[in-house]
Amino acid sequence: MIWNRPMETLSRNELAALQLQRLKAVVERVYHNVPAYREKMQAADLTPRDVRSLEDLRRLPFTVKQDLRDHYPYGLFAAPMREIVRVHASSGTTGNPIVVGYTRKDLDTWSELIARTLSCAGADADSVVQVSYGYGLFTGGLGIHYGTEKLGATVVPMSGGNTQRQIKLMQDFGATHLACTPSYALYLAEAIKEMKIPREKLRLKAGIFGAEPWTEEMRRELEYRLQIMAIDIYGLSEVMGPGVASECPVKNGLHIFEDHFIPEIIDPVTEEPLPYGEKGELVFTTITKEGFPVIRYRTRDISVLHGEPCSCGRTHVRMEKVSGRSDDMIIIRGVNVFPSQVESVLLKLGLTEPHYVLVVDRVGTLDTLEVWVEVSEKLFSDEVRNLEKIERKIQRELESLLGITAHVRLVEPKSIERSEGKAKRVIDRRKK
Amino acid sequence: MKVQQISVFLENKSGRLSMLTKVLRQEKINIRALSIADTTDFGILRLIVDQPDAAYLMLKRSGFTVSHTAVIAVEIPDHPGGLAEILDILAGAEINIEYCYALPQKSNDKALVIFRVERLDEAIRVLLEKGVGVLKEDSVYGI
Ligand SMILES: [Zn+2]
Repeated sequence: MIWNRPMETLSRNELAALQLQRLKAVVERVYHNVPAYREKMQAADLTPRDVRSLEDLRRLPFTVKQDLRDHYPYGLFAAPMREIVRVHASSGTTGNPIVVGYTRKDLDTWSELIARTLSCAGADADSVVQVSYGYGLFTGGLGIHYGTEKLGATVVPMSGGNTQRQIKLMQDFGATHLACTPSYALYLAEAIKEMKIPREKLRLKAGIFGAEPWTEEMRRELEYRLQIMAIDIYGLSEVMGPGVASECPVKNGLHIFEDHFIPEIIDPVTEEPLPYGEKGELVFTTITKEGFPVIRYRTRDISVLHGEPCSCGRTHVRMEKVSGRSDDMIIIRGVNVFPSQVESVLLKLGLTEPHYVLVVDRVGTLDTLEVWVEVSEKLFSDEVRNLEKIERKIQRELESLLGITAHVRLVEPKSIERSEGKAKRVIDRRKK
Repeated sequence: MKVQQISVFLENKSGRLSMLTKVLRQEKINIRALSIADTTDFGILRLIVDQPDAAYLMLKRSGFTVSHTAVIAVEIPDHPGGLAEILDILAGAEINIEYCYALPQKSNDKALVIFRVERLDEAIRVLLEKGVGVLKEDSVYGI
């Protein structure tokens, strides 16, 4: 099911023409309305007239998270506050939060993109969508909420938390689609099992899971445990919120809604754009946003773009599942480690529960990595050597994948904190 | 003849063992014997109690990872070489011992040892054939 067939199946030529026209408009907008963008362009000796082709995009300066913090709260807004009808913000645990603003048209666009996303997961006007992303300043909850209404489906605005109630209403209201983080979906699946609710009591068909990177192994786990189709969705507040990209049922990468965003992949070190098929950092330029456009925003997310046509009929470029966030990336003895790598090992072996934490510390001058994993109820044995065998097996697999030795530590089931939003996967004790 | 042992997974962090004993106290469950197998990260606590089913249920309900294991309680002749005699019998039948630990004995002059062995039924048979006292479960729970 394709929500906006004309746009989502536009020919590449038509799409490029549309993108160029919109890119020019947004560059004009920020140049004239946002001093920070104007100054940056002037420093690079550029004016909006220099953007004549899509190729010229790469001449424009990057925008990074720090720019957003520096211009807290409204310094990068490109529309007058009279036209801003909504703001969202990050939690701001490390300094100033990031504030983003939406005009009425922006909210319409956002809803449209979520309607497309939900359609990718097979939802329609008859569907009941349980939104278990947090509501409030976080873009997840309200973003999906309005998109569900736009689609014409029934929205159950649960927000996060209150798991027992989530599950009761999921049955009573006949939710067909679940929207939350993959880690919370896993937690819900556990709780459903514990409450001994037979699968027939649930009408769930699909889940749209995002807001944190997750692996193919986690998809299989969720699809098996919940008996649904699990769709990866992508977005970040700085660019829009959820609705930047979504997997289609082919599940071979996430279609980036290119009539609204121009994606690039760059080498994070040299900052040079990379061709399709090469791995690097995702960069987005929003080309229709009025309130808070961003030009070449560096996401820190690591992915790969693929341009070949998709069998679903959509012509928009696909990004691979994000393999890590450079924010989540930890460097241990010079080696880059992503929590998602640990996740894929654990799920592949299937010996433990898929709940884990990476604990990084420094002993003397040496970095150490401990991986805490929950022993699974069914694998618990009264013999130490069986459990030690499991520890060693995980350790060996991690070592062959990461090239460093991690100490695997089995902990009691349910002892790793469950998350109702994004899971906390790393405890870095090296930082003061 | 098969005695139910309760095994509990314990992380090596303070308070877990004391928490566990509190649960047992609340349920008025009496511990007959206990042993801990320890690694740097975790331990496995093995318990013989007077009400194994209730203990299993209550510990599970209190959030512990628990399993049942069938073991045997064997009377050991109380003289030098007493344990060796028993081990000889089992070795003769090629039955491996996974672990064992002692159980206090109040009224009788023999020592009691809990054995976890492979091929439990066969172990019981050969021990009985050699005249070794293998205790009935009820008498173990009621010690
Ligand atoms: Zn597709």
